[in-house]
Amino acid sequence: MQVSNLELSIWRGDAFGGESVSYRVPVREGMVVLDAVLWVQANMASDLAVRWNCKAAKCGSCSAEIQGFPRLMCKTPITEYGSRLTVGPMKAFPIIKDLVTDVSWNYEVNKHIPPFTPSDKDLAASEPWRMQQKDVERVMEFRKCIECFLCQDVCHVLRAHDLKSAFYGPRSMVRIASLEMHPKDVLDRRSLLKGNAGIGYCNVTKCCTEVCPEHIHITDNAIIPLKERMDDAYFDPIRTIVRFFRGHAGKPPA
Amino acid sequence: MSGAAYETVDTDVLVLGAGGAGLRGAIAAAESGARVLIVCKSLLGKAHTVMAEGGVAAAMHNVAYQDSWEVHFADTMKGGKLINDWRMAEIHAKESPERVLELERWGAVFDRTWQGRIHQRPFGAHTYPRLAHIGDRTGLELIRTLQDRAVHTDGVEVHMEVTVFKLLKSEGRIAGAIAYRRSDGSVILYRCAALVLASGGAGKMYRVTSNSWESTGDGTALAYDAGAELRDMEMVQFHPTGMVWPAGVRGILVTEGVRGEGGVLRNKDGERFMERYDHERMELSSRDVVARAINSEVLAGRGTPHGGAFLDITHRKPDFIKSKLPSMYEQFLKLANVDITKQPMEVAPTIHYAMGGVRVDAETGETTVPGLYAAGEVASGLHGANRLGGNSLSDLLVFGKRAGEAAGAAVKAKPAAAKIDSADLTEAIAELMAPLEQPAGENPYQLQAEIQDVMSMHAPIVRDGPGLQTGLQKILELGARARTCGTGGSNTLLFNPGWHTAIDLRSMLVNAEALLRSAVERKESRGAHARSDYPETDDDLTSVNYVVEKSADGMKVRAQHRPAMPEYLAEAVHRSHARYTPEATE
Repeated sequence: MQVSNLELSIWRGDAFGGESVSYRVPVREGMVVLDAVLWVQANMASDLAVRWNCKAAKCGSCSAEIQGFPRLMCKTPITEYGSRLTVGPMKAFPIIKDLVTDVSWNYEVNKHIPPFTPSDKDLAASEPWRMQQKDVERVMEFRKCIECFLCQDVCHVLRAHDLKSAFYGPRSMVRIASLEMHPKDVLDRRSLLKGNAGIGYCNVTKCCTEVCPEHIHITDNAIIPLKERMDDAYFDPIRTIVRFFRGHAGKPPA
Repeated sequence: MSGAAYETVDTDVLVLGAGGAGLRGAIAAAESGARVLIVCKSLLGKAHTVMAEGGVAAAMHNVAYQDSWEVHFADTMKGGKLINDWRMAEIHAKESPERVLELERWGAVFDRTWQGRIHQRPFGAHTYPRLAHIGDRTGLELIRTLQDRAVHTDGVEVHMEVTVFKLLKSEGRIAGAIAYRRSDGSVILYRCAALVLASGGAGKMYRVTSNSWESTGDGTALAYDAGAELRDMEMVQFHPTGMVWPAGVRGILVTEGVRGEGGVLRNKDGERFMERYDHERMELSSRDVVARAINSEVLAGRGTPHGGAFLDITHRKPDFIKSKLPSMYEQFLKLANVDITKQPMEVAPTIHYAMGGVRVDAETGETTVPGLYAAGEVASGLHGANRLGGNSLSDLLVFGKRAGEAAGAAVKAKPAAAKIDSADLTEAIAELMAPLEQPAGENPYQLQAEIQDVMSMHAPIVRDGPGLQTGLQKILELGARARTCGTGGSNTLLFNPGWHTAIDLRSMLVNAEALLRSAVERKESRGAHARSDYPETDDDLTSVNYVVEKSADGMKVRAQHRPAMPEYLAEAVHRSHARYTPEATE
């Protein structure tokens, strides 16, 4: 459907409050939501705050809630919505201004995830590593993540319950999966998953998978296998019985 | 708000920019024991490096055993039409394999050969398959690996969404920088012993570009203002294949990987026209040649409905396309409603990269200002008159590391940050706040659009003297108007893009002027610099680079002669199998 004007409502405000303001935007062929927002910025509201960079769904900067649904503005053609459209900031993060939120928490969390750690032997090897395509394919899915944080935004543990102190969120689970399943990584992050990362808080509603613009199967391929790894170490009933009789032997990771 | 209220932050090495070069530089400087602070205009991990798709060029000879640093060196020199800094090209060709392998040891995951080695794909003007890659998102892999390495390296700190406005010197040496936080407009004075510019290019001065809002040429402008020399500023790369349709996505990059994986270019008559421009290398000719070929086809009336060429990869199997070019598949399906496994893409040249930039020392990346270093796109020399695809990511790694190490060493030699003149500081802050004092002055978005129009019209793919002169006059007039630039109406300090744009204009104007002045001086056609009034390459100018410098009465351009290559390098170029496409045959 081709419309000549778009009635675009953008949430305007800051940490102290705000409201939706309506703008009339002339429509161009192939226009995406970000184009419309930037048109408003250049022509009607010079101080409209919005983050964007690549405009090609590769950097994950222009995350917002379009008609209440977390999406990348650069990847959303306005034709999907007809002549009226509402855009607001991500709700799981503190507002800075308009469509810009404070996402620094995500970067803080990443500092607490132990980085890639190969074995001493691999590190000392003078020859380049050999790995088969099949070995690396599994982690490649996770490494597609563009850190748009839409999964963090939609996750009800973070969004509705604000449990950022207890759960690292789906993005971090994807990050941990990309390290844990890397063929050359030898570090065990299961105690982190059980403890500070709080993987137990995820109750597998798969909302994160639904909003991922990179189509990463966050729940099925990252979170569930990580949960299984963690469960194996801590909650396996047979191991618990063995542990009961044998004391320290077979102790789960600290 | 005109009061000079600011916060002071001290560090040893200040790094401007958090793309590949900035991150690699920061890691190197920190490893040498320095405290490092990275300042970037956007969020961490969003830098332009993520846009690099095709791969990183390194002569690891995993796919073609004949490859060697000599051939990579020769390809780079010939691609750059021999005006490259040959020492940079030598270092780059020799060190890039090591840098790629190092990245793998830091956790990067590359596509593999059947023998389990890093796979390498063919790319334009590289004699052998040479680009290590991960599908078509190599840049993302590179930046994520470096980002993770940097935040887990002791001594590295990051300030996100901070724009540096001016560099400060003391006793002729770099001593710090003035910046503002984009979120709340607060001013920060950074004091440092060494500063690494890694701020990328200036594509935003053109209308049709693959670059983001950030690429306003801040680094070149800051360095110029601090008295550093710029070089090869006339050399900007049009990437041959940007999206042309729909209008909203015009300019977005279509990776050279499409051609690397077998994609062919056709005009509206279905003719594979590259045959006429470079029958040896066809679609995998160097970027300057392919971009001009598409441009010529369109001008001759053989363009596609939306003014470009068809890029067709439908002869490859859908599964192959989806696995080798996943983000291209997604991009066209989503943004243009084109299924590239069934239909051809429509493409046209888009501004992509600045070969020119700050003049640096090949070994250390030091500029002509002591204590000021530059690496990556903001620096010049490696790519000469035309950059080969894949040579940018390797450039970032090789010279990012070298600049970081040199900056770290400089800190050890001269650790204490020098005193900064408070009058300089007050003046700079007043300048920074000026648009907020006159919000209703010239509209920054309007001025930006006018700069883009001027550059697109007067410094296009094929230029001419009178056009460049007219463009220069217009840019100088816009420069005068920019002095009374407002913010578009609002005087808030809180995340105010109107104000930010007004500040960025200053950088864009310096870059535009330097480009036009240098282009006027280079009276020949060479690489990315094609002139209809001087269509031939002038052999006498092969040893010349045009250098831009600030003088008491404005911007000056002078010709600078490069020393000749040593015998063994000249021999490598001479012996190479790579074809050198002379301009005359185009």
